[in-house]
Amino acid sequence: MSLSSIFNVAGSGMAAQSSRLNTVASNLANAESVASSPEAAYRAREPLFAAVQKQVGGAADAASEGVRMAGVTESQAPVPSRYEPGNPMADANGYVYASNVNPVDELVNMISASRSYQNNVEVMNTAKQLMVKTLSLGN
Amino acid sequence: MSTDLFGIHTKALDVWQRRSEVLANNLANADTPGFKARDIDFAKVLATAGGAPGAGGVALEAPTPGQIGPGQTGAGSPAPGALEYRVPTQPSMDGNTVDEQVEQADFAANSVHYQASLAFITAQIHMLRTAISGGQS
Repeated sequence: MSLSSIFNVAGSGMAAQSSRLNTVASNLANAESVASSPEAAYRAREPLFAAVQKQVGGAADAASEGVRMAGVTESQAPVPSRYEPGNPMADANGYVYASNVNPVDELVNMISASRSYQNNVEVMNTAKQLMVKTLSLGN
Repeated sequence: MSTDLFGIHTKALDVWQRRSEVLANNLANADTPGFKARDIDFAKVLATAGGAPGAGGVALEAPTPGQIGPGQTGAGSPAPGALEYRVPTQPSMDGNTVDEQVEQADFAANSVHYQASLAFITAQIHMLRTAISGGQS
């Protein structure tokens, strides 16, 4: 039944987008956190999506079934350092290391993720309506 | 016999269903780097399904249960070759060719087509009912 597999496809899309929203929330929450070394500083995270390939026959053009999280990458941008000798997190030289989160990037990401999520919800709703209509066939 | 009852509409329903799955997959992968949007060319599949017997598609349906017909990935699905890549209008830097507006429009149109096929089948059922009951009740 193909229509029910749409639920899986759209569901995987919704799961992927909600985990993307999750990383955005985590990044925004940690935007102002500081650490005492560049290694320990919080780095902006971003999920990496990959298409799930159907394993039937091994044909190159086999339909893929939804999307999955292939992993989470951390931004390699340099973390900013600030001279704050009074900060309890300051290192021996009086520096603290802030996160490299860019709030503008995160807000854009949030809007994009929320729109994509809505797209998937819409697809699922339509598939549900079609299924109900098919079930009431002949009435 | 039962396949002749509703004409081409059961096959059309199959194709619309399959196409909605492909379009849903495109939308789910709208943010996947390197993903190439795909679609089913309905006219091509229809030509195979409604064409001369022996031309492939429906004519090549597996005669015994459990047998997989040539070029078929499973029961009711068109040949995998029917799946084609979309020509991107504005591909993005990460290699993704999904155009959300195009996919959404196609998905909406596809669901209308699906409902049209359903309406044809429903009308056929009503006609048969009328014939069986002789127009009474």
